[in-house]
Amino acid sequence: MTQDPNAETQVQPTEVGANAAEAGERQLTAEASDAYGTHEVGIDNLDFAAVAEHGHAASELDPDAPAVLTVDNLKMYFPVKSSGVVRRTIGHVQAVDGISFEVPKGGSIGLVGESGCGKSTTGRLITRLYKPTGGSMMFADQDLAKLSNSEMKPLRRDVQMIFQDPYTSLNPRHTVGTIVGAPLEVHKIVPKNKVLPRVQELLEVVGLNPEHYNRYPNEFSGGQRQRIGIARALTLNPKLLVADEPVSALDVSIQAQVINLLQDIQAEFEVAFLFIAHDLAIVRHFCPEIAVMYLGKIVEIGDRDTIYNHPHHPYTQALLSAVPDVKQAAVGGRRERIRLEGDVPSPINPPSGCRFRTRCQFAQEICAKVEPPLLQIGKRHKAACHFAGELGAHPATPVTTQLLGVDDQGSPVPGATPTNTQLTIPGYEKTWYDLKTKQTTGA
Amino acid sequence: MTSIPMTQSSAAETSEVEGPFLQVEDLKVTFPTEDGPITAVSGLSYSVEKGKTLGIVGESGSGKSVSSMAVMGLHDAKSARISGSIRVGGTEVVGLGESRMRALRGNSMAMIFQDALAALHPFYKIGAQLEEAYLVHHSSASKRDARRKAIEMLDRVGIPQPDRRVDDFPHQFSGGMRQRAMIAMGLINDPSLLIADEPTTALDVTVQAQILDLLQDLQREFNSAVIIITHDLGVIAEMADDVLVMYAGRCVEYGSTKEILVAPEMPYTWGLLSSVPDVTASTDARLIPIPGNPPSLLRPPTGCPFHPRCVHSDKVPGDLCRTTLPELLPATSGPAHLKRCHLADPLKVYRTEVLPEIAPDLVEETR
Repeated sequence: MTQDPNAETQVQPTEVGANAAEAGERQLTAEASDAYGTHEVGIDNLDFAAVAEHGHAASELDPDAPAVLTVDNLKMYFPVKSSGVVRRTIGHVQAVDGISFEVPKGGSIGLVGESGCGKSTTGRLITRLYKPTGGSMMFADQDLAKLSNSEMKPLRRDVQMIFQDPYTSLNPRHTVGTIVGAPLEVHKIVPKNKVLPRVQELLEVVGLNPEHYNRYPNEFSGGQRQRIGIARALTLNPKLLVADEPVSALDVSIQAQVINLLQDIQAEFEVAFLFIAHDLAIVRHFCPEIAVMYLGKIVEIGDRDTIYNHPHHPYTQALLSAVPDVKQAAVGGRRERIRLEGDVPSPINPPSGCRFRTRCQFAQEICAKVEPPLLQIGKRHKAACHFAGELGAHPATPVTTQLLGVDDQGSPVPGATPTNTQLTIPGYEKTWYDLKTKQTTGA
Repeated sequence: MTSIPMTQSSAAETSEVEGPFLQVEDLKVTFPTEDGPITAVSGLSYSVEKGKTLGIVGESGSGKSVSSMAVMGLHDAKSARISGSIRVGGTEVVGLGESRMRALRGNSMAMIFQDALAALHPFYKIGAQLEEAYLVHHSSASKRDARRKAIEMLDRVGIPQPDRRVDDFPHQFSGGMRQRAMIAMGLINDPSLLIADEPTTALDVTVQAQILDLLQDLQREFNSAVIIITHDLGVIAEMADDVLVMYAGRCVEYGSTKEILVAPEMPYTWGLLSSVPDVTASTDARLIPIPGNPPSLLRPPTGCPFHPRCVHSDKVPGDLCRTTLPELLPATSGPAHLKRCHLADPLKVYRTEVLPEIAPDLVEETR
């Protein structure tokens, strides 16, 4: 087997990547080429320059890309039932409570946060594995939140999911060919005799040997299984992929292989990604835009440079300071960090006002009384904090009082009218609220 | 927080010795299987002094857990063949009888496992499990003493309201609290050696930071030797004094943390560094994976075990990488830094070829 990892893949974007949902019938090529494994670095070709060339730098942001998915005020409340014969609802787990964001076409947005913050629930809502309690998810001029299951079915082609654990997300009693081909049969897109060639083509795309279609998942390693999961997600040429912790179950050296593969796929097929992970370094590499979640809410959202170098929310700052840094080895010892005490509060009965206030070192009276809005404070930057500011430069008085019509303690000012106009839209406005001048400014 | 009275110091039982507390020499662990013997660890030597931390890194199956379980004497004598020497506080552990091993284990050495939910018994209260660990090694202590000690330890590891939480079951604790409870259990007999096997892998970054802080504070307080097994090089960089990089059951690089992470001389270590992104790195830095998969230990590759995945073997003359296992030799920077590689000048290759790709912003600084 001789192969050049730099060789253009034999699968042309026009063949696989073109989305023929509108055309009704999909033309899927049946030719399985013999140059498989283009995405897996060839074992025979061990030249560092070639391998390095294959690795990707961090993904870049396209600020003008239109939104493929617009999530507006999305809510998911799970009922908590009492014990006993009559199981009454005694409360709700507010897993996702009013989040808004946009996923740009062919781009990716990262969702980070601690476990239990609702990031995985968000992913499952978008793939409609759960039906949301409220809010809307606009995708291709349809609101995914309101569709019935049968109306949803054709759209499932366009929204697919990659799961975290490659050991439990593949049926151990099905062959790889059955697993990857199942979506084709469910959606009856190609005649039965065309399924196998399509499966082989997909296995090639993700860097597996197409001749292995009749093997079982247990014959593959963790990284290879995750590739099978990715192939299955790609089967129907989705426009949007929800990747829920796609690499956290893998070894470090394999993580990089899978991340590079996902970047290849994104560049080739223009798939948009909602990338859910708790590893801030991986998210930083893969996503040019990041949303930070805490207890069911987005607390800060912005582009990579803003979130990682100029975070304005105390939670983002604490999260980033907790990440161990390899470069620290040159200095020795531990990095100074912001210590967050205790655990995340229960989402059944979240704190009033700002949900982070119980663990926040800047919390004041207003934080308990008024919930801070997710305020746009930069060109591509929103933060939900009364005292938003860069680390060490948090303002002494709340920045949001004028907008909310409250005084510094959070009590309503008689006669003041809140100006809530730009607070809830999913995307970014042309103008934003400048923290220094407390005025609305533009570019 | 209350301080713990050091009434019964474990140091009395394992007599104070000169030099490192833990000394492992030429350790080899073999498991016979139906397909033939698997050598999970071979030729492994390292030492840890009291108050110092050794970090062990490697992929799954590289033998990092197997080697530390050998230190703890946790391998079944019927199925594992262990040779070489492991000296804990002057006591030879290899070949030690189970009853004498039991006196050491949990007393002068303890282990913290990755999955706290699986490591704690779901059926017993946290307090009961802590008390048991104490009573086993303190036969004269009463149940009341043990309970007081358990509450003290829970307080010491930062569990709120320890006198009430001591009667909770493991499932009532959050992930971070379970890990704290397990650390409390490990430290209840003031061990001189603590082995933490991926102690923070299943935890969130904020909780991870709390646990690492706690481990460091406790180490300072008890002056224990700590081995931390992880695949997260960031954790290694912030916690460890020395680093041991393992691949296919062998040590491939060993040295001070600074040496290993700033001037590594083994292509596998380069691969590890290049395949993890960094939160502060330049966004031009490429993510370069290590090609292929870890080798099967049933049929380990000939010569250097890393050669089938090594992208730098073309710089070594002839067939050396494929035929000869490189010796663990001192690196160019000094005798304390050992590496197992045939490359003539690995540091030059790293600085001129690898570093510009993985950390373009660092190149200027190191020159």
